[in-house]
Order: sequence, then C-alpha cells, then structure tokens
Amino acid sequence: MKDYEVIIGLETHIQLNTQTKIFCSCKADSWGAAPNTNICPVCSGMPGVLPVLNSEAVHKGSLLAVAMHAEINPVSHFDRKNYFYPDLPKGYQITQFDEPIGKGGYLDLQMPDGGTRRVHIHKLHLEEDAGKTKLDHGLRLVDFNRCGVPLVEMVTEPDLRSGEEAAQYLSQLRQLLRWIGVSEADMERGHLRCDANVSIRERGSQVLNTKTEIKNVNSIDAVRQAINEESKRQIELVESGGKVVSYTLDWDADTGKLSMMRSKETEADYRYFREPDLLPVVLSQEEIARVKAELPELPLERKARFESEYELSAYDAEILTSDRGLSEYFESAASSFGGEAKTVSNWMMNDLSRLMNGLGKTASELVLTPASLAQIIRMVEEGKINAATGKSLLSKVEESGRAPAEIVEAEGLAVIADSDALRAQIEGVLAGATAEVESFRAGKESLLGWFVGQVMRATGGKADPKRTREILLELLK
Amino acid sequence: MSLNQLSALEIAARVRAGEIRASEVLEASLAQIRRLDGQPGSLDEKPLEPAEDQKIHAFIRQTEDLARQQAEEVDRKVAAGEDPGMLAGVPVAIKDIFTLKGIETTAASRILSNFKPPYTATPVQKLMDAGALILGKTNLDEFAFGSSSESSAFKPAPNNPWDTSRVPGGSSGGSTASVAAEEVALSLGTDTGGSIRQPAAFCGVVGLKPTYGRVSRYGLMAFSSSLDCPGPIARNVSDTALTLQAMAGLDPHDSTSSTMPVSDYLEALKKGVKGLRIGLSPDYAHLFYPDFETGELGMESIQSEISQAVEHAANVLADLGAEIVENVPLPNTRYSIPTYFVISRVEAASNLHRFDGVKYGYRTPDEVADLQELLRRTRAEGFGSQPKLRILMGMYLSAAGFAENYYQRALKVRAMIRKDFERAFDPQGEFRLDAILTPTTATTAFKRDDFFGNSVRMQYSDQMTVSANHAGLPAMTIPGGLDGNNLPIGIQFIGADFREDLILRAGFAFEQATRDEAWRSVRPAALRQEVE
Repeated sequence: MKDYEVIIGLETHIQLNTQTKIFCSCKADSWGAAPNTNICPVCSGMPGVLPVLNSEAVHKGSLLAVAMHAEINPVSHFDRKNYFYPDLPKGYQITQFDEPIGKGGYLDLQMPDGGTRRVHIHKLHLEEDAGKTKLDHGLRLVDFNRCGVPLVEMVTEPDLRSGEEAAQYLSQLRQLLRWIGVSEADMERGHLRCDANVSIRERGSQVLNTKTEIKNVNSIDAVRQAINEESKRQIELVESGGKVVSYTLDWDADTGKLSMMRSKETEADYRYFREPDLLPVVLSQEEIARVKAELPELPLERKARFESEYELSAYDAEILTSDRGLSEYFESAASSFGGEAKTVSNWMMNDLSRLMNGLGKTASELVLTPASLAQIIRMVEEGKINAATGKSLLSKVEESGRAPAEIVEAEGLAVIADSDALRAQIEGVLAGATAEVESFRAGKESLLGWFVGQVMRATGGKADPKRTREILLELLK
Repeated sequence: MSLNQLSALEIAARVRAGEIRASEVLEASLAQIRRLDGQPGSLDEKPLEPAEDQKIHAFIRQTEDLARQQAEEVDRKVAAGEDPGMLAGVPVAIKDIFTLKGIETTAASRILSNFKPPYTATPVQKLMDAGALILGKTNLDEFAFGSSSESSAFKPAPNNPWDTSRVPGGSSGGSTASVAAEEVALSLGTDTGGSIRQPAAFCGVVGLKPTYGRVSRYGLMAFSSSLDCPGPIARNVSDTALTLQAMAGLDPHDSTSSTMPVSDYLEALKKGVKGLRIGLSPDYAHLFYPDFETGELGMESIQSEISQAVEHAANVLADLGAEIVENVPLPNTRYSIPTYFVISRVEAASNLHRFDGVKYGYRTPDEVADLQELLRRTRAEGFGSQPKLRILMGMYLSAAGFAENYYQRALKVRAMIRKDFERAFDPQGEFRLDAILTPTTATTAFKRDDFFGNSVRMQYSDQMTVSANHAGLPAMTIPGGLDGNNLPIGIQFIGADFREDLILRAGFAFEQATRDEAWRSVRPAALRQEVE
C-alpha cells in the first residue's frame, strides 16, 4: 500500500451570542422554543420588509476576526446568495461574498509533540442562518425560528492532516470563542457547526484531489471519527482501483456510519450580488483600533506567560488557561496570596478542581472568591490551620459564603499553638496513659508517634504537631 | 365645487377649522368612485359591457370601512380640539404594492391574491398618522413591471380619464387615474424607472419621485430595491409638497432611508424661481432606441407638442426670473434604458424568489410529487408573463460568467449616469444648476394594446424618467399643456440630492404663472361627460 496523507479543510458556522437576530429584533436564541414562535415579518421573509443590521453582530464578528489574526476590512459588504429552499423564506441568504468583514487569519494548533501547526483561514464572514425543515408522517414541516440568527462562517485552508488535528482545531476554536465571549460555542445546540472536506493524496504530492464533504457532524468526537472513517474509505477505494467521487456525506452519530446525501458534480450558481437593502459596513481606523484593544490576552499567550511569570509547568499552565474564567481566578488568587504562585496552582489543580467538578460549576460561578482561597492557603502555610482543615474550608466557604477566618474562629478550627493550652492537653493525655509513659521512659522511644496521635485525637486534630512533639519530649524525660 | 374636487390643502384646512367634516369629504369621494370607477379589478376576467369598459377601474380593492373609521376619528379629534394632522380628512388611494395591515395586498399578482400582511408600510402609516383617509388599493402593472398598467392580473386594467380608450401609463396607473378622475385628492405611488412620473404625465397630474432614501421603502413590495422610491401623486404642486412633508424622513426599519433633516416644502414654495438656474439638455430632445439587428443606437424624435411644452415652460420660468442654461450635456442618459434593463431585472428576479407557495400567497391546488414541483407549478400558475420574463432575464444576466459582462457593467454605466448629473449640479462647476427641465415622456398616452406584449418598446416609455432613478435624484412631473388630442403633456424637473424643495419651487412657479392659460380649463373627458 502506498503512503497516503489526508487533506482536510473545515467549514465552521459560529452562532454569535448577540441579544437579537442579525437583521430584526427577534431574540437570537430560540433553543427549546416551539416552532415558529420566535419570528417576525422580517426574518420570515414577508414581502416589503427590509433588513436592519445588528451592530452587536458586526462588533462580535470583528472581535473574532481580530482574535483569528485576520485583517478587518474597513469597508465590507453584504450580498445575496440566491437559491430556493423552504427553510430560506426570502429565497436568498444575506451573506458576505467578495468583501467580507475579515481577510486572512490563522489559528496555531498545539501539536502533541509540543510544537504548533498554523491553520490558515480562507474565509471569515458574517451571514444569517436559515431555518429548519423536517419530515413528519409524509409532511415536510418548516420552522423559521433560526432564520436570521447571526453567524460567522469561517473556512480553513486545507491545512489539517488527520481527524485528530481537526478535533484539536475545533477544541481550540471552541475555547477561543468562549474566551473572547462571542459565542456559547455549544456544539450540541448548534452554536458551533462543522462540515469537513476530506481528500487524500500520496505523501509528498502537492495536488489536491477530489474531495468529499461531510455534513451534520455536531460533536468534536464525531468530527474525528467521521474524518477517520472517510479517509479510510477513500484510501481503500483508491487502493482497490476506484476513484473518489465528489459527494456530500451525512454522518450518523448513532451508528458511526457515513451515508451519501447527494452528488456535488455540478456547482450551484448562487448569482451573488450586493444586497441593495443594506449599506456597506464601514469601520473607521479608530473603531478597528478599539476592537483590537478590546481583545483580551489569548489562551496560548496567557499559557506562555503563566509558565514564565509564575514558573508553572506547561501542564499546569495549560489546564489553568483552558477557560478564561479559570485563568483569571488563578491570577487573582495568586496576587492576593502573595506567596509562591505554584502553591495556588497546586490547590486549584487538586482540591478546588475537585470541588468545581463536584458542583458542576466553572471558576467564575464559584461563591468562594479568589481572595478567600488565598486566605485559606495563607492560613495553612502559616500553620494557623492544618492542611486538612484548609481543604474542608473550601466547601464550607462555598456553601455558606462566609469568610474563611470567620469560620475558623466560629468553629474553633485554629491550630492550638499556644504552649500553655497545649501543655495542659498533653498532661491530660499522659496522665491517662501511665503504662505507655513507663514503657517510653524504659527506652521504647518509638512510642512517641503514638503519643502524638493521642494528642491529636484529644484536640480534634488542631494541635500543632511540631510544638506537640517538643512538649511531649520535655514532659517524658 | 364638490368636495372631492378640492385640493388636499384646502380639505385639510377646512376640516381642521371645523368648516367641513371628514365624513362629508369621504362621502363625496365615495360617490365619485361609484360614478366613475366601475367594477374593481379581479382575477376573473369577464368581457365587459361597453359602458363598463369605459370606466376608470382605478381600484383593485376599496377600503370603505377603514376610511369611515378614519373619518370618524378625524371628526372626533376636531370636535375634541385635538390636532387631527396635516392631512386631516384628505381622501387617499394607495398603490396596491404597499402593505396595509390586515388588508389584502396583491401587487396585482395572482401569486399574492390572498395575502394579508400583518404590518403596514411606513409611508402608508405616516399618511394615516397625518389624518388621511385610506379609500382603497389601486391597480398597477403586476409587481410594477410595466408602463401601462395593462399587465395587472386584476382585470379590467385602469383606463386614462382623459380618454378611456388609452392607458393611464404605469406602473402607478390606477393611482394617477384615481387622482385625475377626482376620486381621491392624493395617491401614493412607487417609481422605479418612471412609474410615478410617466403615468402622472399621461393622466395630467403631478407626480414626484423623491431622492432615494427620502421616503422609507419599508412595506413596499420590492421590484428593484436600489431604484424603488415611494412618492406622492396629486393634482397640484402644493398638494405634492404637503404629502411629501407627511411621508419623508428617517425610518429605523429601512437602513437606506436618509438621516438628512426634512425641509419645509410648503414654505419653500413661496420663494419663487428668481435666480434659480434651470438647465435644458439636448440629450433629452430625442428618444435613443437600439436597432435590434445591429445594436446601433438610433434616434427618434419626441412628440413635437411635448418639445414645445418644455420650451414654453422654459420661457415662462425665464420671465419669472430664472436663469435658463442651455446645452447641458447629459450624454449617458441614452444608455439609461439598457442599464435599467439589466439592473432592475437582476434585482427583480431575486426579489421574486420569496414567492414559493410555502409561507403565504398562492399555492398550486394540485397534488405535487415533490418540493421542486410545488415551486414550479406555484410559480408557473401564480406569476403572469411580466414576472416570468423578468425572472428569466434577471437570472441570465446575473449568472456566473454573464454577470461580469452585464450586471457589473451596468453598475459602471449607472455610475457614469450619476456623474453626468453631479457635474450639472456641482455648485462650483460649469453649470451650477438648481434643476434640469426635460420632457417627462416622449409621447402622450398611447392606446390600450399599442405596446402591450412588446416589453422592449414598452420599456422605452421610461427613457426620460429612468436616469433620475439610476442617479437617485428627486424628479417631478407636472402638467405642461395638452396635445392636439387633448391629452396631457408632462414636463419634468430633476433636482440635486435632497433638493425636492427646489424642484417643487420651480414647478409651483410655473403652475401659478400659467393658471389662466387656456389648456388649464380643459377637464379630463371622463369628467366632462359627467358634467354634461
């Protein structure tokens, strides 16, 4: 068998999380709404109505373009893409054709070997979503709720080489979308949709062979599986003397199988022309500069900074920058703590992460503030409370919303470091264990650990272990 | 003088003053419609009795109940001392291409014969807010595709009140006929290539196409979105100014509506024409018409009485103190029809995409095998020949591989047409014009069936008007005389962007100065018979 490589390009549709639709004042999100309840004359394509562009969609689209390192087009245009389909009530989709909001751009993929692979963006533009149709007992039903939902369509160059890379691209894209706050990027709800173009060629060849397009892949796992299935099929086909035919394929997530939807032999002619009902989108240099200034530090940049500035391991830095809220939580806690950031990272990677998983909360949803976390860590570090108490405080603060110090005070959780109080406790323990005291004095010094344990039990774990040992040795002499 | 003959300004003034009631005005208008209009247009075309055939047939649908409610409300406001609006009690007819909530809006097409919009067009709403009474929806060429109103799916098509064997022009023919026949004082029309001005000229009334963006297009069923303009039709210039005043302005529902402040048009009329620079162009002295074999542009003369009327108007304006500037070059005007052919059809084909029988409007009653058949049959049965021709042409002209040679090229010519006007109106330029005076049409109203069926020849009726649409400029036709057949002649003033005030001034000055000319006392034939 020859050595093949798989050539993949991804076409993604990203639902922007604006308040309203792109050209009317209906709510943008209709998740869970009954069919045709979130529509108006504009998005349902009544005659005589006109689109009015939602400036928030332009703003979020520009922010995404900047985050993708694309160049913002100072003057972009909307165009009509004409075709007939019952889910497209106007008979044309308003989209951006030759002068889109963003030009160029790329996303650097984190490769398993630690390097990066640059995936170039071929196209980034704003458009409106279409509705949905479904067959029901021989009837074709139409739901226009989704018509006019603002989308960014983003198409990569054929720069990806495996299902795993495609999955990695989507995973990083999803993280980025949430990070910059332009989309909920929930694939199950269709906020992030993906079609994959797949072709194969002999390794070393530069030609692009006939590709197939896989539609309806709505999870990252499905993208990986579908691409791997399809590339395997193409290789087997070509190896057995067959020829890849341009097809649109449908992915069935339940069976893990691809099925042919339709031939793509002839390209449709959409007769694009400028949408005369909308003005050009003009963004001044000042506005573009404002969007750029608004862009937060991106995940990869922040990860690198965490490694250098806080001396975190690459692994820790990656986990802590997987979510913007989490990374901000860390920085806030580290700054409030003041000591070694690595300590804060350890707490977050272990105990806080366990707490979050248990509650199903993200860092930004926690009641426990970064300052409270820092206070708890500081109390442990300073020996005011022991580590176990510190860990139990996390959930106590989260549940009650009270300050950690207040809980320590109210519940008497502080370590007994006061010598007189501790001495009295220890004297009590020794008085009740005359046999062991004698054994110790007779030379069985290994009993020291047992005495420490008894003191701990008597103080409910609050005794300062170091001080306890010192006083025990003094009294047992 | 009967109340339906009064000007809108006078009706509004007298209703506001409590001298007459809106309901009385309404009754006078309804009586006139009953006398002259005959049966409304309908999808069931039946042979007509000769007398019925000679009626005006301006309306597709009358909205008497709505008008009565509006009249009552105006009368109530006047009685209560509230402001009833600047158009209080004025009877208005709406071209049936503007939506009116809850009332069938057909665009004169079978495909929308049962469509009741759940929203009202902005210009219609503004007229209603100003106290106008909406008497009904007027007939037009199907989707405004034509220049004679004969392509309506609702028959009988409207006739010209000056000679009912002739067309009223189009596409706003029902609107201009209703105003000329004194059935209403005002009408709301649309002008894409001349669809207000050409029928206004044919019917001897005033018609204004405002600057693109001056009046909102929201609720106007789109023909060619980059050219369509709603505008007023009236029997005189001051009523036109009044109506524009009520309709103009920014609309948040139309992104292409302008933020420019609206002038006081009625106030402007008082300023006269002294000192205004009014241009005449040799490029409007002929009709340029292509030879089908060679593609060469040939010239046809325009009707001599029309040229004389323009000359006469120039003399009258010069006497009033206007400066007449001759030989203003507007050379690209001769390409305006081919350019229009391309742009308007590409946009029209796209705008007609939405009529698929899925959501509203006509759907084929036959069993269909699949979706494609539903679309095919619905559109085949629902559209008349004009929409079909325009869809075919529009799809061809914008298809991949053709668009560059046709659509993109037409846009470039359109920009050149606009440049000609910019040069003429440039305040620092050679000509520094305030208005350009031209004929509105090359001929007066033609006979029914003369051109119907010849889409190209029909299209050339718009030669004098369509440049203003390409350039987005305001233009107004006013009556300028009568020809030997006692048919009205229209003369046109074209103005610079948002200078409706200047063309209204020029038109008003001419109208006042020629008040006593003999042709002014001749009434449309349909009204003469009525008097006899």
